[in-house]
Amino acid sequence: MSAVSSNTQGAQPALLSIDNIYLLIGFVVLFLVVKTLQDKNHPKRLTTALFWMLFGNVFLFGDLSIALLGETITYQWVGVSVLLIAALAGLGLVSMGTYNMPKEDELERHSQSIGNKLFIPAVLIPIITVICTLFLGGLNIGGVFLFDQNHLTLASLTLACGGALLVAWKFTSGSPVQALGESRRLVDSIGWAAILPQMLAMLGGVFIVANTGTAIQDIVTLFISPDNRFMLVVLYCVGMALFTMIMGNAFAAFPVMTAGIAVPFLIHGHGASPAPLVAIGMYSGYCGTLMTPMAANFNIVPAALLDLKDKYQVIKVQIPTAIALLIVNIFLMYGVIFND
Amino acid sequence: MSELNLLPLTGILVVVLGFAFRFNPLLVVTVAGLITGWAVDLNFAELLATFGEKFMNSRQLASFLLILPVIAILERYGLQNRAKNWIANIKGATTARILSVYFVVRESSAALGLLSLAGQAQTVRPLLAPMALGAAANAHGELPKEVKDMISAHSAACDNIAVFFGEDIFIAFGAVLLMDAFLKENGIAGIEPLHIGLWAIPTAIAALIVHLFRLARLEAKICNKIAELKSTSANYNKSIDSEETA
Repeated sequence: MSAVSSNTQGAQPALLSIDNIYLLIGFVVLFLVVKTLQDKNHPKRLTTALFWMLFGNVFLFGDLSIALLGETITYQWVGVSVLLIAALAGLGLVSMGTYNMPKEDELERHSQSIGNKLFIPAVLIPIITVICTLFLGGLNIGGVFLFDQNHLTLASLTLACGGALLVAWKFTSGSPVQALGESRRLVDSIGWAAILPQMLAMLGGVFIVANTGTAIQDIVTLFISPDNRFMLVVLYCVGMALFTMIMGNAFAAFPVMTAGIAVPFLIHGHGASPAPLVAIGMYSGYCGTLMTPMAANFNIVPAALLDLKDKYQVIKVQIPTAIALLIVNIFLMYGVIFND
Repeated sequence: MSELNLLPLTGILVVVLGFAFRFNPLLVVTVAGLITGWAVDLNFAELLATFGEKFMNSRQLASFLLILPVIAILERYGLQNRAKNWIANIKGATTARILSVYFVVRESSAALGLLSLAGQAQTVRPLLAPMALGAAANAHGELPKEVKDMISAHSAACDNIAVFFGEDIFIAFGAVLLMDAFLKENGIAGIEPLHIGLWAIPTAIAALIVHLFRLARLEAKICNKIAELKSTSANYNKSIDSEETA
């Protein structure tokens, strides 16, 4: 129980160590950058490539830079990269490129000839991950672990992706290199949103440095007794839902509400167990996502796509399920997080 | 009692306003970070280093990138077509039954990380809504606009609810990794993404039960709505507009 930060200094040596996984991600992103540069018809070729290169650099050179130049300088250049990434996305300079996806009839032909085997590689990823995490975690050869002991799930996932890629190769005859190239289509369609979780984690970190959680904590104690477990659970779940409705995004609400309410009052105050607490807390936020026009791409865009007269009708249909699940979440959380 | 210091909350205000005015979220989040740092008197170099440190320490959030090649190559060989055919072959289809099967398939595939297999634009608009409408039209004849809208809205809701409450079971999904990174950043050790994913299962099952229960009652609701429209409005046929396809 000693590893607090995600740095692995002093960790046991491992083949799939977190540093190696970051390098791998860095190479994947670098490959996408090269592919983007080769895409001559890309409307924002250079800026999109720059965006992903700034991102990939952090994975490729981050740990090396810490070893050679020290933490301060490394963190500062990464900080500058973050500002540039935000600026490129903010100015709308990151976009989709061009991809030669086969025609509908060719896709249909492939799907007919390969059949349901197409699902196997996708299903293998979670299966292999869970098996490795639960049963093969401690595997080591001559003192070198196969999986990073501090990041067991991620190391298992990496192995699972490799395995699935090989199985997919066997079934589809599409090689891993081709698969990497094809993944540019998905990465670009996710676009800047791919980096949003990391940015929000960063904002959460800044909030911690700025003691934002303490400020929320002070406000909470004005209204609720910190001894009242049930009201704290209600406050956290309903707070997640309401804050998500305002922001339109549960990811953005999560660090603030969790640092302000869940960590100080429930985890430190009442010894609540963290895994169910955050899992159910995030789902309470999702209940909010179902009820807000701020989550436009889920609630408003479909109304337009489906040509509905009332653009809030999707939200109206979702509200009963969302409220029922919020109530379920509150009682579920109250029932499972306390160990005494 | 120490005095209430609200300055650290300025960042939250920026986030709320930024999202409300639809600025790019990456920009909003970064500006919120800058303003929070400024509000609590961090100097710029220090703030920049804080940005960099937190960004570096949350790199595990990007590990979903490793899955995309697998999904991409499967899509290149017709994964989405396969999924479509599978749903299209459901026998004895009624509106509620089609939506229920879609819900179950969508939630379980989301739990396996197959988020891009379906979606509002990919499957709801071209596939699910037309099938749900078609089944209702088979049973009731031409449908009035209000009933059509109700069924279409239910199709969209099905996709949202199923994917939201399925996706957090998948340990490499952004939300799970974000929670994991958050706990580590706050000094709470010994939690693996797998634990968080497992604790998403009870709510996922609750979502399944609650929503399937509502869908089971949808068929009766459609009948009632049509009967009600027929009795109250003399020009029932007027509200039936001609079949329109885009």
